[in-house]
Amino acid sequence: MKIIKNKAIVEDNWIILRLGEQQSPESVLIPDGKIIVPLQVWLQQREALLKRSELGVWLASDERAELLKDDVDKFSVIAVDFPKFSDGRSYSIAHNLRVRLGYTGELRAIGDVLRDQLFYMQRVGFDAFEPRPDRKIEDAIKGLSDFSEFYQKSVDQKLPLFRRVQRSRNLSL
Amino acid sequence: MYRYDQYDYQIVRERVAQFSDQVRRRLSGELKEEEFMPLRLQNGLYMQIHGYMLRIAVPYGLISSEQVRMFAHIARQYDRGYGHFTTRQNIQFNWLKLQDVPSILADLASVEMHAIQTSGNCVRNITSDEFAGVAQDEVVDTRPYAEILRQWSTFHPEFAYLPRKFKIAISGAKEDRAAIYAHDIGLSVIKNAQGEIGFRVLVGGGLGRTPIIGVEINDFIPWQHILTYVESILRVYNQYGRRDNKYKARIKILVKALGIDEFKRQVEEDWEHLKDGSGTLTTEEVERVCSFFIDPAYETLPNDDSKLNEFKADSRSFSNWMLRNVLPHRQPGYAIVVLSMKKVGNVPGDATAEQMEVMAELADRYSFGELRITHKQNVVLADVRKKDLISLWQEATAHKLTEPNFGLLTDIISCPGAEFCTLANARSIPLAKMIAERFENIDFQHDIGDISLNISGCMNACGQHHIGNIGITGVEKKDHEEWYQVSIGGSEGNESSLGKIIGPSFSFNQVPEVIDRLLQVYLRNRIETERFIDTVRRIGLAPFKDYVYATELTEEEAVDDKYAVVPAQYDIPYYSPRF
Repeated sequence: MKIIKNKAIVEDNWIILRLGEQQSPESVLIPDGKIIVPLQVWLQQREALLKRSELGVWLASDERAELLKDDVDKFSVIAVDFPKFSDGRSYSIAHNLRVRLGYTGELRAIGDVLRDQLFYMQRVGFDAFEPRPDRKIEDAIKGLSDFSEFYQKSVDQKLPLFRRVQRSRNLSL
Repeated sequence: MYRYDQYDYQIVRERVAQFSDQVRRRLSGELKEEEFMPLRLQNGLYMQIHGYMLRIAVPYGLISSEQVRMFAHIARQYDRGYGHFTTRQNIQFNWLKLQDVPSILADLASVEMHAIQTSGNCVRNITSDEFAGVAQDEVVDTRPYAEILRQWSTFHPEFAYLPRKFKIAISGAKEDRAAIYAHDIGLSVIKNAQGEIGFRVLVGGGLGRTPIIGVEINDFIPWQHILTYVESILRVYNQYGRRDNKYKARIKILVKALGIDEFKRQVEEDWEHLKDGSGTLTTEEVERVCSFFIDPAYETLPNDDSKLNEFKADSRSFSNWMLRNVLPHRQPGYAIVVLSMKKVGNVPGDATAEQMEVMAELADRYSFGELRITHKQNVVLADVRKKDLISLWQEATAHKLTEPNFGLLTDIISCPGAEFCTLANARSIPLAKMIAERFENIDFQHDIGDISLNISGCMNACGQHHIGNIGITGVEKKDHEEWYQVSIGGSEGNESSLGKIIGPSFSFNQVPEVIDRLLQVYLRNRIETERFIDTVRRIGLAPFKDYVYATELTEEEAVDDKYAVVPAQYDIPYYSPRF
């Protein structure tokens, strides 16, 4: 499938594992290959999963980045779910993964990921996006360039505008 | 006042392009209403009963004559010739078409305005003291800090989809005129013993269904750290505020659930990681923003003007206006003038395009070209020479802008109510008009003195009824009849309190008689110059309640639609969008 990564549309073969109602994180069988497992599966099956050469993990919006403290370097990709585009918790999760836990690898937005939120997602540290499959990815990517300037610091830009540029004082003085 | 530089312009221009494209995609059906709704709300665009309503941001209520003229243009070009000033110091237009909104935003951008974050579950327009910079009791001018917070909160990427809306108010005077206790975050700019500027931070205040007075989370955050401290409050709220029930989603519910001590611990734990980081404010930035808020070129003038006294003796209307609507200024020879948007018979907070142009003209000639919108829905000219007061009054009177009722009974705060709003249970504006007419007599009003009367069409409390000395709320409808609850004892400011409901609700036509009885109890019981609120606090609710319910209420003679702005159509429920 296609995703947006580093501002380009690319082929991607990671598979996101979502647990069915009958499945439990302790016992679910993890297929071989490039799998992004739920956080709870990682926490329950940590020892076995550590043996894999490549592994991804995803967090639900009501889970906390802090649960991956000391572990972030073990993943090739960390994904954060947007169960609904209006659920803003995942922005803070991304912020915490990047700023508090120092995660530098791929950070992917999954779930209800839509064009009009992409710009904010990019600012808080997401660098990969799986837009909702019923939308054209070629349209969604346009959302990354809605703005070329912003006031406040975040993950993508560590300095607020007032520390980056010389801004105008009152010219009438 | 603050002027845009290239960066502000660029951000607002890019916003116009972004939103215009969103409107285009909505009109083409590419965006579903469910997806468009949060986008349009973040741009202040509501779908109301008659059409789209656009709320335009007036940051901390400060506005130039040029900008007010643009409002007049929008009112004429796209609306029905008038606009409505809101309790959050903004303006809204009620009769717009979706396809016109991109042009309106482009017009606004040309005069350094926008509608960014005037609604939606994000940080809303920062409100402040309408007398900032000119009040005699001011400790620190709030305007630079309000502007700094405006910029920080504009398109903040992490806090655009909060559990619920988020309102910040900031006050810097001894008397709080920004209702900071009724906001999600209330900031009081203060000086410590060493003369250093900092912020007393309140959190968790708010009205709505669960009115709560804000509590102090920190008694002194040095100015350098205010942005990071506010960021930490929002981060904790964004993660832990409830999202399962929109009536329990405001920060006040989280603060109540955790307790202020635990909430503070979580905030300050997060803040430890931000403090002294790159988000810390710099002296240079504060000085830069302060450069926009220096005093205008005041003349050296005597403080007294004998002509004023002569004219006052000649004109009761003028002397009443001087008594109520002209306030002391910290600069000798100058005064603060409140232009009333509450002329009896008019819609509270409404101004016609013509009135807007007149106010802009008056501002240019008499007040350095600036105006302020107040949270009580009036307009202020903050820097008027006393020797100009007579001519200003004469000109403004010709346009019905000098009702001498600032802070009096007919200075009613009212939400738009069920004639416009899909949330409201009952009409607000017609009730406000009916009450104003009943108590129009200005001598009676001056005798009653300071009092606030607030009307909300529903418990969401846009009319801030909880903090009105008298509060009226539209409650459930029965068979398309409107019923109103009445509360007394609410107030804002340093002694903020929430009103208490006096008893069972009343019909539309009974409410004026209820107000009359409340006032009778006050007049019988007041001691000397005691205000209505003081009497309520001293004697309690019971005497008022007893008298109001003692005998059957006479109803105002029902005259169909006499006060209606929009003719009532009871066969169509008020809450259903009609288009």
